[in-house]
Amino acid sequence: MNLFEPFRDKQLAERLVASIKERARGLADVNLMEVCGTHTMSIYRFGLKNFLPPNIRLLSGPGCPVCVTPVSAIDYACALSRLEGVTIATFGDMLRVPGSASSLEKERASGARIEIVYSPLDALDLASKNADRTVVFLGVGFETTAPAVALTIKRAKERGARNFFVFVLHKLIPPAMEALLSSGEIKLHGFICPAHVSAVIGARPYEKLIEKFHVPCVIAGFEPLDILGGIDMLLGQIRSGKPSVEIEYSRVVRREGNTSARAVIDEVFEARSSDWRGLGAIPASGLALKRAYREFDAESRFPISVPGEKDNPECLCGAVLRGVKTPTDCPLFGSVCTPEHPRGACMVSSEGTCSAWYKYTDDHR
Amino acid sequence: MSTDGNVTLAHGSGGKASHELIKKLVLKYFKSSELARLCDGAIIEPKSERLVMTTDSFVIKPLFFPGGDIGKLAVSGTVNDLAVMGAKPLYLSCGFVVEEGFLLGDLERIIRSMAEVAQAAGVEIVTGDLKVTEHGACDGIFVNTTGIGALTKERDMSSRSIEIGDHVLINGTIGDHALAVLSARQAFNFEAKIESDCAALFSLIDLVMQASRGVKFMRDPTRGGVATVLNEIVEGKNFGIQLEESSIPVRRDAKALCEILGFEPIYLANEGKVLIVADPKDSRLILDVMRSHPLGEKAAKIGEVVADSKGKVTLRSSAGGLRIADMLIGEPIPRIC
Repeated sequence: MNLFEPFRDKQLAERLVASIKERARGLADVNLMEVCGTHTMSIYRFGLKNFLPPNIRLLSGPGCPVCVTPVSAIDYACALSRLEGVTIATFGDMLRVPGSASSLEKERASGARIEIVYSPLDALDLASKNADRTVVFLGVGFETTAPAVALTIKRAKERGARNFFVFVLHKLIPPAMEALLSSGEIKLHGFICPAHVSAVIGARPYEKLIEKFHVPCVIAGFEPLDILGGIDMLLGQIRSGKPSVEIEYSRVVRREGNTSARAVIDEVFEARSSDWRGLGAIPASGLALKRAYREFDAESRFPISVPGEKDNPECLCGAVLRGVKTPTDCPLFGSVCTPEHPRGACMVSSEGTCSAWYKYTDDHR
Repeated sequence: MSTDGNVTLAHGSGGKASHELIKKLVLKYFKSSELARLCDGAIIEPKSERLVMTTDSFVIKPLFFPGGDIGKLAVSGTVNDLAVMGAKPLYLSCGFVVEEGFLLGDLERIIRSMAEVAQAAGVEIVTGDLKVTEHGACDGIFVNTTGIGALTKERDMSSRSIEIGDHVLINGTIGDHALAVLSARQAFNFEAKIESDCAALFSLIDLVMQASRGVKFMRDPTRGGVATVLNEIVEGKNFGIQLEESSIPVRRDAKALCEILGFEPIYLANEGKVLIVADPKDSRLILDVMRSHPLGEKAAKIGEVVADSKGKVTLRSSAGGLRIADMLIGEPIPRIC
């Protein structure tokens, strides 16, 4: 038996669906947002939407790290890649994200050195093996990837690395959730909180959201039964009228989170205001290197200015990331914007809402 | 001839060094009287009224990977293209483009491996070519093979004969080749011991076709994987194909690796798999025949041709939900988290 197979069991799924239907009966339209891109992908990949009663709507949130990276950051990374002697090390999904005029994939085709790595430590190894090159790692991701990047930077300092830098693009999820709720642009009745982000940050950050906005929260895993179970628990909270943070993903997530992962983030990074594609600047929603580690900061080492953000005005990625629009509302979706020729970031990443929608549903055909 | 040294530009010059390389290295392994004549071309017997011809170029990194190497791949890939057309593979040509500085020892390993697979598959390498490029103009070695096979009337297949209710079968676990190659690349330090399924399939396919007339269509799901090939089959047709995720054979460690990397096995390349669309009456028999062959022990029925969702491939997920399984778009790229 595989580790995740029990969480994909058809019979158990049917039981959860029965409970969801029972709890949803008589409720007005319920908008639940899955914040994390991996949830989005899982929902589509396992065809979970067609299990749900029509009054339960799942909206995708701003939880795909590639999608929320602003155009200006891509432009900066492309500019870096054109510098003599610079190698960019990046997670694969960043390669195809369109900047205003180029993408890392296009830069690579015209000769830039861009290496795909699976772990930030691989990027540091790349730097030690190529002393004649300067390696810049693109630090993308939420609280999930930040600890490994922080550890890598610590290790770089221990090793006295001189040719390794990080372009820090890390973002924090709870401030984005708060920004969404504060805008009042969309009525949300519950959050499926991210699984692995929560493994790091725990439940407390969401408790603050509940105090302020009274929105039910369930931390759910990424498997089909996790997600169905999470929806079922959210409906239970909605019915009882008592919002709280429940942990469905208790096999991984502790209420206090992972204290050592949090400690390493705190040691290396501090919060800063950050630009999100679609949401704009959100205070204290990003990470920056603390003074003691700033020697590894790519932006300080290579102060290149790139022109301001030029999002395609027709592209609805921003509204899709806020849950206000769905991909099919976008005039570009499926016609000019496809996974082969993505115009917006949500079509690039495998965890992007448009990509999942395009790949796993019929709506563009 | 000593194979201690490296390939030099002289080995591709057509002069003495080329001649020696061909005679002492290539002819040592490729046993063919036609090739040994070293003429400009090979004269071959058609052995059938209708011939099938196919060509493929092989570029792979690393050149040697668990379960195979570029040589094994280059022969079995072309043999398989012929075999899934219903043809009996007869002759191969073989073109090498080698980078200056390439180890002669590695070249010998590749040639030996090609010879072994060709012999086992009963196919003769009758003509060939070897060019050497300057350092940097080619990545180690590129291999091209062209194959010719004999097609008999009763084995001529067409996707036009596919009907609603037909079964979709495969001869074993999917994604092994892609994951073996990926794991062998240094950038990914995984310890998974997945071997490539790289193999010449003619003997398996021949066995199936001798046993049953119920095979309607065959394809080898190489790049793009099972999902892409099935999409090509249903494109523009008045039927769809529905896959049953829980029936698709995937190795346990391959599943785990896919979960980590964010891949779906149905999009990963295979080099020793054949997808068969079969008459449902014969599907049991075909599965039994495949399971009796070493290359088909894990054969399974993975889906059916259905009237719904015409022109599309759908997948009933293991959790029960139904969704589209589109073609592969772009390269499978590992995800962030």
